[in-house]
Amino acid sequence: MSHAVIELKDITYAFPDRGNALDGLTFHLHHGEKLGLFGPNGAGKTTMLHILMGLIKPQKGKVELFGKTMADGKIFNEARLKIGFLFQHSDDQLFCPTVLDDVAFGPLNQGLERKDALARAAQALDTVGLAGFEDRVPYRLSGGEKKLVALATVLAMQPEVLVLDEPTTGLAPDAKDRLVEILKGLDMARLVVSHEPDFLAATTDRLIAMRDGRIRPGVLKPHTHTHVHEEGDVPHQH
Amino acid sequence: MASIAEPFASGDSFIHRIDPRMRLICAMAITLPVALLNSIDPALITLATGVLFVLMARLPLSNVLKRLCVINVFILFLWLFLPFSQPGETIWSVGPFNVSREGIALALLITVKSNGIVLTLMALMGTIAIQDLGPAMQQLKIPNKLCHILLFTYRYIFVIHQEYTTMRRSMLARGFKPKTNSHTYRSYAWLVGMLLVKSWDRAERVHGAMRCRGFQGRFYTLKEFSTHPIDFVFLAACILFALGIAYTEIAHRGLI
Repeated sequence: MSHAVIELKDITYAFPDRGNALDGLTFHLHHGEKLGLFGPNGAGKTTMLHILMGLIKPQKGKVELFGKTMADGKIFNEARLKIGFLFQHSDDQLFCPTVLDDVAFGPLNQGLERKDALARAAQALDTVGLAGFEDRVPYRLSGGEKKLVALATVLAMQPEVLVLDEPTTGLAPDAKDRLVEILKGLDMARLVVSHEPDFLAATTDRLIAMRDGRIRPGVLKPHTHTHVHEEGDVPHQH
Repeated sequence: MASIAEPFASGDSFIHRIDPRMRLICAMAITLPVALLNSIDPALITLATGVLFVLMARLPLSNVLKRLCVINVFILFLWLFLPFSQPGETIWSVGPFNVSREGIALALLITVKSNGIVLTLMALMGTIAIQDLGPAMQQLKIPNKLCHILLFTYRYIFVIHQEYTTMRRSMLARGFKPKTNSHTYRSYAWLVGMLLVKSWDRAERVHGAMRCRGFQGRFYTLKEFSTHPIDFVFLAACILFALGIAYTEIAHRGLI
C-alpha cells in the first residue's frame, strides 16, 4: 500500500472536565482509500477529526499529513488546504451572503485570481448539481441544499482527501440519495464518519469502528438487518 | 427562516445606481458635521436634504415612516425631560415645573438633527445591499474587524434567534409561564446565559470551519465596483454640502 495521507500516532486528548476523549488512538488513511468510521455517540469521532485538521491540539501524540509531521500551526495551514473537511452542521460552514461567495472563499484563500476562483466555484457547484444557485442566500436554503453547497465549498479547493463528519445528519432520504450519488462520482481518498451503516456501505470500501477513544481492532463485516418504514413490504434498495 | 428585511436595497433609482463606496463616503461626510451642530438653521437644511435624498431614492414611504417612528419614540423621552431640566428663560409653568425656552430649543435641535441624519442614512446607506456593504467597507480601508463584525452579525443573528426560539419553546412545553417572580427571572437569566454559551461555541466552530478552508484573517472579495463620472459629481455635491453645513455652524459660533 502507498504511504499514508493521514496518520495519527498514539493520540491522547482529554477535555478539561471529562476523562480521556481519545486514549492512545492510532489511525491511517492511505492514498485512494475510502474508509468509513463507525462508532457510538461520544466515542471521540469528531474530536479525532478536529485533531487531524489541527483545530485542537492533542495533549500527546503526533499528526502526520501527506508524510509530514504537523509540528506547528503554520505547517498545518498548508496541509489543511489539501483536505476537504465537511462539518457536521452546514450552518457552521456557510457564512457568506451568497452561495457564490461561499464557494469561492476557499479558492481565494488558496491564492487564486478572482477569475480562476469563480471558474472553480462554478465547476464545484456543477459537480453537486447546484449550477444556477450562485446568487442564492445560503441560510435560506433547505438542509439538503445547504449540505451540498457546503460540499461544493470544499470541492472547489480541489482537495486530495475528503473528510466528512456525519454528512447525513438531519437530511431527508432523497437528499441522502443525492449525496451518495455525488460521492460515488468522486474518486479522491475519503474518510466518512457516520452512524448509518447503509450510507457507509454505499460510500466507502472498508469500515472501521471506534469505541472509548480508540480504533477497535479488526474489520467490520456489513450484515443485513431488519428495519421499519412505509412501503416496507415493497422490494427496495438502500 | 426569517431574515433582516432590506426594503430599501432593492430599488433602481439614481441613488441606487451610485457606486456603494461613494454612497458610504457621502453618508459619512454629511452625518459627521451634522451630528456636531449646535444651531437650528443648518439642521433644518439637513432635514430638508434628507427628505430630498429619500425622494430621490424613491424609498417606500410607509417603511421610511415606520423607521422614523422608532427613532422618534426615543426622542419623545427627551421632550419629556429636556424642556423642564434646562436652565433658562421660563416661558410656561405647570405647577412646580418651569418650561424653559432653551430646553425647548435644545429638544427641537436634537429632533431635527436626528431625523435629518436618519433620513440621509436610509437613503444613502440603507440602499446598499448587505452583500455589497461588506466589500465596499473593505475597499474603503475601514478596519477589517469592523467589516467582519458587520458581516457575521448579519449572518448569525438569525441562527442565534432560532436557538433562542427553540429554547423558549422547550421552556413553554414544560409548562413555563412568565410571571413577576424570581423563578421567571432566574429562568430568563439562564436562557440568556445559555444563549451566550451557545453563541461562543458556534463562533469557535465557524472559525474552525473557516480555517479549514484556508482563512488566515483576510477576506478576499469577488465584488468589483465600477465608478462613473456622475458618481464623482454626486460625491462632490455631498462634500460641498457638508462643508457648507460646517461653515454655517462655525460662522454661527462666531469662530470666523
